[in-house]
Amino acid sequence: MTSVDPNGITLQASGLTKHFGGLPALHEVAFVARKGRVTALIGPNGAGKTTFINCLTGVLRPDRGSIIFDGQELFGLPSHRIARLGVARTFQNLRLFARLSVLDNVLCGLSTTAGDSFLEAFLRTPSLRHRERRLRLAALEALDIFGLAGRADWRAHALSYGERKRLELARAFVSGPRLLLLDEAVAGLNPDETERIGTLIRQMQRNGATLILVEHDMDLVMSVSDHVVVLDGGRRIAGGPPEDVRRNPLVLQAYLGKISLTA
Amino acid sequence: MSPPAAASYIARHRTGLSVIGLCLALSLVPLRLADPWKLGILNLIALHAIVVLGLNLFIGYAGQISLGHAAFFGLGAYGSAILTTAFAVPPLPAMTLTAAGVALTAVVVGAPTLRLSGHYLAMATLGFNVVVHNVFVQWDRVTGGPSGLSGIPPFAVLGLAVQGEVRQYYLLWGAAMIFLTLSLNLIRSGVGRGLAALAEDEVCAAAMGVDVRRGKIAVFTVSAFFASIGGSLFAHYMGTVTPDTFGIFASIDFVIMVVIGGMGCLWGSLAGAAIVTLLPHLLGPLEDSKDIVYGLIVVAILLVLPRGFLAEIVDLAKSRLARGSSAMRRGTA
Repeated sequence: MTSVDPNGITLQASGLTKHFGGLPALHEVAFVARKGRVTALIGPNGAGKTTFINCLTGVLRPDRGSIIFDGQELFGLPSHRIARLGVARTFQNLRLFARLSVLDNVLCGLSTTAGDSFLEAFLRTPSLRHRERRLRLAALEALDIFGLAGRADWRAHALSYGERKRLELARAFVSGPRLLLLDEAVAGLNPDETERIGTLIRQMQRNGATLILVEHDMDLVMSVSDHVVVLDGGRRIAGGPPEDVRRNPLVLQAYLGKISLTA
Repeated sequence: MSPPAAASYIARHRTGLSVIGLCLALSLVPLRLADPWKLGILNLIALHAIVVLGLNLFIGYAGQISLGHAAFFGLGAYGSAILTTAFAVPPLPAMTLTAAGVALTAVVVGAPTLRLSGHYLAMATLGFNVVVHNVFVQWDRVTGGPSGLSGIPPFAVLGLAVQGEVRQYYLLWGAAMIFLTLSLNLIRSGVGRGLAALAEDEVCAAAMGVDVRRGKIAVFTVSAFFASIGGSLFAHYMGTVTPDTFGIFASIDFVIMVVIGGMGCLWGSLAGAAIVTLLPHLLGPLEDSKDIVYGLIVVAILLVLPRGFLAEIVDLAKSRLARGSSAMRRGTA
């Protein structure tokens, strides 16, 4: 094990608080994701995991707290600005662009490099053509990695559920983000597909990606994570290496209810 | 060039070659069609097509709605009319100045209204159209009131006036082809994909780095710019402008053209403009009940060909061809 390197921190959230009306969804949550590591965020349903991810990516605006990403404060930035800093994500309930082709979906994942000048787009300048060719190749390569090479021209809505999950991963992965947030990447998948996505995640990890994994599948969490953070009722109740968290009585209690010691 | 190389060249430059093919076909039309009345209808189609292309980017690609584009069309027409008649500005600078002003108006109008969507956006744009139309009718001193403005000179390029239906035809269809090319370029870029993405899911598009708010305002402005140029050319073509041409029913006609041609299908915009412009002439004795016929056609299209006339027909032909060729392959195997 390498020692804790303060420079290895990609994302550090502290005191993150979010209320929906009077309902506390997140309360003073602290969280650290280290460079090149997989950090898992677990907790029972309603623990605030997705709210946390939505606060990190600007989909929701937190009430209080701070989110430092590569030395920059993300608090209060709109979603697209955060994406342009190199934060990519998937969504718990698949959000593909159903009417676009599979290839175009992945190309949308490259929006930050595709440029947003209307004038350049209208004139279809040589540099834009060149860039479009390059992006197309990158997208096709990502489709190949995620086992969707034969589906490039399909409309996204024609894909099977497992293929859609992989397409979302490909779309988030293709830009080579500095931080990738996967919100329940294997929810609702059969064991074969789960294994397939587990392999892809391990592959990304080996290639040095920094990942935050929100996950219910404990086998996957235990096998790929370097660090696990547990939320319950909007509060952080534990954090540490997977094997420690697994034995933590607070975590067991959150998942299974209070354990009586009378037996 | 060897056959496979030629095939891949055609495949790679499909869009460009289609535009060139269409331009060639269109340029031959006046040689066979001498009737100025028929050319006049074709010229109107070109003018409408310019507006519809822009509106299709806004409605079909970016998934928004506007029932107020006749206002931009009208502002373009009145802008050019006023500048050329009252201030003797040459047509080209007048058109450019007007379009810049209209684009600025679109930013100012769009910034607050594009926070709305669906029915609310439809009502807001409709309201804008009503306001602009009222200004045309009421501001007598500048707009000539209900009788409008006349004596607008024909369009001129480098001091050469474009006169006669044939020359007008080349001017207007030339302009329409330029706007078709620009629009086709836009949708085949990252900007175009961003618009298609925000049309489907704004939260998700933003998570990909698409600035949703800016994108919507920009495409609204672009469509207003197109409409303004169309309006300027319309004013020079007609020589007169009256407020009635730019009321809310004209806006609805433009939306009908987009829907009939196919939302998000730019080639279809040409078809939509052509069908709706031709329709009154084809109806003959039924012309009085034109609104009923329009309504029925739109309902029928939405029920039977929801993606629009051209897009669905092309898809049908493609699947027929695919089935035909696979049947042929089975036959030879």
